[in-house]
Amino acid sequence: MTALVEARGLGWRHASRVDPALENISLRLERGEKVLLTGRSGAGKSTLLAALAGLLGDEEDGDQTGTLTIDGTVGMVLQDPDSQVIASRVGDDVAFGCENLRIPREEIWPRVRRALDLVGLDLPLDHPTRHLSGGQKQRLALAGVIAMGADLILLDEPTANLDPVGQREVVEAVTAVAAETDATLFVVEHRPQLWVPLMDRFLHLDEDGLHESTAAGLPAPPVLPAARGVAPGTPPLVSARDLQTIWGPPRTLDLPQGASTVITGPNGAGKSTLALTLAGLLDPVGGELTYAEELRQGLRKSPHAWSSRQLAQRVGYVFQDPEHQFVARTVAEEMAVSGGPQERIDELLHRLRLTHLAEANPFTLSGGEKRRLSVATALVNAPALLVLDEPTFGQDPTTFVELVGMVRELTDRGVTVASITHDELYAHALGDHLVEVR
Amino acid sequence: MNLLAGINPVTRILALILLTTPLLLSVDIVSAAVALGFTLLAAPLCGVSWGRLLRRGWPILMAAPLAAVPMALYGRPEGETYLHFLLIHVTDNSLQLAAAIFVRVLAVGLPVVVLSADVDPTDLGDGLAQVLHLPARFVLGAVAATRLVSLFRDDLDSMRRARRARGIADQGRIRHFLTLAFGLLVLSLRRGTKLATAMEARGFNRVAEHGRTWARESTLSGRDGVVMSVCLVASVAAIGIAVAVGSFRFLGVA
Repeated sequence: MTALVEARGLGWRHASRVDPALENISLRLERGEKVLLTGRSGAGKSTLLAALAGLLGDEEDGDQTGTLTIDGTVGMVLQDPDSQVIASRVGDDVAFGCENLRIPREEIWPRVRRALDLVGLDLPLDHPTRHLSGGQKQRLALAGVIAMGADLILLDEPTANLDPVGQREVVEAVTAVAAETDATLFVVEHRPQLWVPLMDRFLHLDEDGLHESTAAGLPAPPVLPAARGVAPGTPPLVSARDLQTIWGPPRTLDLPQGASTVITGPNGAGKSTLALTLAGLLDPVGGELTYAEELRQGLRKSPHAWSSRQLAQRVGYVFQDPEHQFVARTVAEEMAVSGGPQERIDELLHRLRLTHLAEANPFTLSGGEKRRLSVATALVNAPALLVLDEPTFGQDPTTFVELVGMVRELTDRGVTVASITHDELYAHALGDHLVEVR
Repeated sequence: MNLLAGINPVTRILALILLTTPLLLSVDIVSAAVALGFTLLAAPLCGVSWGRLLRRGWPILMAAPLAAVPMALYGRPEGETYLHFLLIHVTDNSLQLAAAIFVRVLAVGLPVVVLSADVDPTDLGDGLAQVLHLPARFVLGAVAATRLVSLFRDDLDSMRRARRARGIADQGRIRHFLTLAFGLLVLSLRRGTKLATAMEARGFNRVAEHGRTWARESTLSGRDGVVMSVCLVASVAAIGIAVAVGSFRFLGVA
């Protein structure tokens, strides 16, 4: 039997770049193989996936070298759950790929139902896709690919943006698909541990090319020092008493001074709303929100009435999506916009390894660089309180470890930090004080 | 009650053309008033109560006087003059034209409100591609893009808060608005690109060469024919009555 995928000396250079994104890759995938690909970010994993999915484009987009033959249908599930919902109803979304493959109408709907069953989405066909959770959206995309009858299913970090429940749902769905179909799975993941039991072949991509590896050879989860707890008698920097936000029940909690507080809880519980309210960005509906003098620094009014400038000098906020907070054309301008002395800007750029990108457009940075820049801009004014909303979503292990290290440095210098996270490792390392929101 | 439930969305567009195009031939108050009367009577039967018509149609209710007032002030002077000041010339004719324009804006605008109510973008896309045979890639792209609109709101809220958090929301309103608008543009383009990738990843790139099948069939039935006929009869009757009572004015002249 012929191989499903046969690549020989495959390479690709984007039209706008000098160096190739991918060079001299040889790869043979058999039918039914379950393959896990790991590799440092920037090693070309995404380019390899795009090549396999037929998404690299034509001569205008770049130059291809070598050969790639695929003897079957390919479907891909992407990282961001929100950006891959195509239709407004569940059934139509799953049917979309089938229609594009010119499958006759009578055959499409049975395929759609079977695919939804397989991924465990027990929903009516006209269920609105906007009401789905992240894990459900990923399973919907998977169902769309299965309904196409894909021989090769590509999964590009399908769980990176999900909470633990969503991650489990997706892994279970993929496991069911692997058992029921003879599709070849090709999974790219930064946190491969979740996938190991399902896989029978491991590949690693680095500067020297593609290597065979083993489950034992996978990068281990980073080992981080455990959180320190909070010394008894530490006064709170921020304290909320029956604080009623625009979403969720009233909440009572403290952010102890100079410590790292980790806020956890299921999706939709109102964690972001709570964090925004604590940081003076959303008006509270009721209850009490008290800032210590160390944070108020002379201001009397409630933080929600402070001017934008006054707030920024006291509270830094790192948003879940870094792109929401970029306003300038270059990294250097982005840092200057927030004010703050030039030495501090230079120091932060250096500390966060962004100095060489000072003239780059913030929107063109990689995911990890964007995250580092968003943290840097929040720290320019040396705030006494830093709030981070899901700072490690979609980040590779290097950026992850860096972020954790930096938050710890901040608390060592007396800054109070509060983070929303789903990540158990992050909570383990930085949960000096744990707040569970439900 | 909704007589239009289940008709093809394409019918709504064609019915709109049939109902309003003849009204463009004449600027008189009679034909417009008859057509407007038809729309007002039909609206509750088409699932748009008068209250809903008012809520959804307020931009048109605002536009009508805005269109009529200049006509009253500057319309071709004829008959008795009521007010003359510099270029302003309020006469019998200009007031007649103003009234005709006022009713006409409503007569052309309100059917849009009635006929566009409860249209599902997916069903409309199916109709445009299968009944009117518009290019599939164009139609599907537009339908998918409608889903992004709700995301823009969330983006905008987050961007506003981010600007406040970064200490730059105090700057001038115009500057603030410009950076928001630019940011929203960039984000929309990126969302669009990601969505396009997701669509290509499910075989959309083959559609241009090979065409595609449609999971949902979209056809016109007898009911669609009835709806279109009723609209055509209404507009022809409106013109006919205007001619009969002698108020028909071809394009507002004569």
